[in-house]
Amino acid sequence: MVSTKKDRVLAVLSLSGGNDGLNTIIPYTSGMYRDARPTLAIAENQVIPLNDQLGLHPTMKPLKRFWDEGKLAIFLGIGYPTPSYSHFRSMDIWHTCEPEKIGTEGWLGRAIKELDPKAENVLTGVNFGRGLPRALAKDGVPVASVGNLETYGLLTGIEGQEQRMEALDVFGRMYSPTVGRDAVMDYIHRTGSDALKGADILATAPSKYSSNVEYSASVVGQYMKNIAQTHLAGFGSRILYTTSPYNGFDTHANQASAHASLWTDVSNNVQTFVDDLREHNASEETLLFMFSEFGRRITDNGSGTDHGAGSVAFAIGDHVKGGFYGVYPSLDPGRQEEGGNLKFSMDFRSVYATILEDWLGLDAKPIVNGNFEKARFLQTA
Amino acid sequence: MAEHDVALMAHLLRRAGFGASREEIEAKAAQGFTATVEELLNPETQPGMEEDLLMRYQPAYNEPAAIETNVQQWVYYMINNPRQLQEKMALFWHMIFCAGHSKIDSGQEMGRMIAMFRQYGMGNFKELLVKLSTNPGMVYYLDNCESHKTAVNENYGRELLELFSMGVGKDTEFNYSEDDVKACARAFTGWNIAPAYPPFPYGRSAWEFRYDPADHDDNEKTFLGQTGRWNGEDVIDMICRQPATGRFIARHLYNFFVADEVPVPSWRLTPPRDQEALRQMEDEYFRSGYDIRAMLRVLFNSEFFKSEVVRYAKVKSPAEMVVGLMRQVGEHREIKPGIFEVSQEPKYMGMDIMNPPTVEGWHTGREWIDSGTLVERINFASEYLGNTQLPGVKDMVDRLMARSSAPLSPEEFVVGCLDLVGPLEVAPETMQELLAHAQRGGAAKHRTGADKAEFTRRAGEMFQMIAATAEFQFA
Repeated sequence: MVSTKKDRVLAVLSLSGGNDGLNTIIPYTSGMYRDARPTLAIAENQVIPLNDQLGLHPTMKPLKRFWDEGKLAIFLGIGYPTPSYSHFRSMDIWHTCEPEKIGTEGWLGRAIKELDPKAENVLTGVNFGRGLPRALAKDGVPVASVGNLETYGLLTGIEGQEQRMEALDVFGRMYSPTVGRDAVMDYIHRTGSDALKGADILATAPSKYSSNVEYSASVVGQYMKNIAQTHLAGFGSRILYTTSPYNGFDTHANQASAHASLWTDVSNNVQTFVDDLREHNASEETLLFMFSEFGRRITDNGSGTDHGAGSVAFAIGDHVKGGFYGVYPSLDPGRQEEGGNLKFSMDFRSVYATILEDWLGLDAKPIVNGNFEKARFLQTA
Repeated sequence: MAEHDVALMAHLLRRAGFGASREEIEAKAAQGFTATVEELLNPETQPGMEEDLLMRYQPAYNEPAAIETNVQQWVYYMINNPRQLQEKMALFWHMIFCAGHSKIDSGQEMGRMIAMFRQYGMGNFKELLVKLSTNPGMVYYLDNCESHKTAVNENYGRELLELFSMGVGKDTEFNYSEDDVKACARAFTGWNIAPAYPPFPYGRSAWEFRYDPADHDDNEKTFLGQTGRWNGEDVIDMICRQPATGRFIARHLYNFFVADEVPVPSWRLTPPRDQEALRQMEDEYFRSGYDIRAMLRVLFNSEFFKSEVVRYAKVKSPAEMVVGLMRQVGEHREIKPGIFEVSQEPKYMGMDIMNPPTVEGWHTGREWIDSGTLVERINFASEYLGNTQLPGVKDMVDRLMARSSAPLSPEEFVVGCLDLVGPLEVAPETMQELLAHAQRGGAAKHRTGADKAEFTRRAGEMFQMIAATAEFQFA
């Protein structure tokens, strides 16, 4: 049998809180780095070198494998002009591609609209976590938001499997689309039956799944597992999104240990995720993208680091052309962003545009609000 | 009998407050509609929050710094403040005078802004606009601190007219011109924030408004056809005198308290749902000299408010859904753990309190509902309303049993449950499903202990189903 070409899938892991790019991709030979980080500089002999200037944080060893395979793209100096140092605002800018004004539509909400214009599949976009990130928000785009895939569904408070099934049955009939009521009531009925449809389908994902890998019990581990489960269940989902625990990367204090455990968790689970997909012959069609809303201050504050600007982002996948993209921002005080921060050198919308056009086959311009030079990190065709 | 009608009282308490337990609804109905309206309108005659108790058990409640703690505190106030209308009005103004934590980045300033709405929200509109224009959080949120005599920033000047007072237009006409926006912005130059003290070593200090006469453009300006060396107060005074302002406030009050209107940007071209209702409130706005409380008195005592047509004609906002349930079931009526999780629920339902998406605020009405938020609403509501251990629900079960010493027929059972939850009226199709479900259990007996336990279980289940109906999504 000839294998049919599978639809491409984008998985996103948002690292909430502002990841310290400087201690993630470390300019380990730089004297200025050591001067700026009297407390937090990572010793040169502990850095995992990627070339003769830059290396990974010691806890990121699992990701080194993908680098060696040529499947890990690292974006340097990623950000946008006139940085915002507010978590919410900066994350909103990444979500909406609107640095100038406040936007309400997310880039992935728009992408889902293009991928599934008639909203025929209620699971084209799925978020793992409570509440919908604005990246996925767009009027008329149904996106399921799953707090816990194992227990996801409607009327989860009803005890007893039989009672709940019967209640869901009643629910299904109560929400069966009717005509002739007022428009709002009709809309709520339609939305209710969409939600039930989505929940019914999603509920089958865990039982369809078996794997030899094991994710950690952390939030990131469980949600990465849920992404793999949903993808492997073959529901036709194209955008799968999750966020690390809210503001976890906001390491103002005790950064040395906090940042290490954050990256241990992320690196291990990302490795497990890719292994999982490979085991199931599903890595070919999957691209994983990781980003954070900003980086952190160049100089440490004696215990942690404060909000900064330019940072790093990552893409991992079989079709990724591994390597560095962009230029590492200068630590030279004369060439910093105002306030002692790294100046961005690559617009995040360049990476989005590449993903949208070269991975999802969409026209990027209306989605990211403009033309941005693509970072050509994907093998085309 | 409107004076002592339970359904009408439930409607009043859902709209002028965040709902109530059945016991409280019946007590207020016995007291009478008119007297209850007056109680709501005169919060100073009612006991307030027991703040000393809060400080005793939650010292962090004193001007908390974290945004989450401020949200938690506000949600606790919404659930527990006996001055319900005052709390509801704070939410009303927060949903119009939108400023958000995403930019302000200070939980303390958000908390202070809400406290200002609580204090002045039922008073004179002119005074409220002055308070708003001098609120440091708002001055920062809309960049008035970046507006200078020599370089005017029009952000606050524009939103004051467009979103906070007059609105773009009325009855298809435009209310002001671009030149008026510029004049308004110039009048507010110099309305600034004092430089902040360094946060170390004592932590952040509260922001302070500061008027800087040297940075104020004192030249002549023409605003709404009148020329003079206007300052901010003069402009507020002229704004308040506009028929457009009376209309704008009246329409917002109608939209919030009576029935969902079309979205605000459509107000210039789309006539109001009830022109006569607005006219009554507009007249009162001018007669009373811009008194919000007087407008509310007209609203709550009016026939258009009491009408059965407008009951359940509004989609509950997430705050109303969450807080309303807590009050109905009697949960978090005292300080105890778990309130933080409850205070986060509106966010999961699409309303991140103290952080509206833009200065235009949340899209309300049907736009509260999408497939993600509907799941959150239904699961949260059914979890609480079906928990027969909670005092408010237990009381509903007791009342249901007390309706008859004989077993309740399935029909009596469903009708009784719907009455106790609302009273809530449902569509015939919904009724049919609920009834079919109740019929499978037969008559509901409650003579023996075992019968009572089964009755309670079935009532809890029925309350869960009712919480899951489309009808329950409305206030």
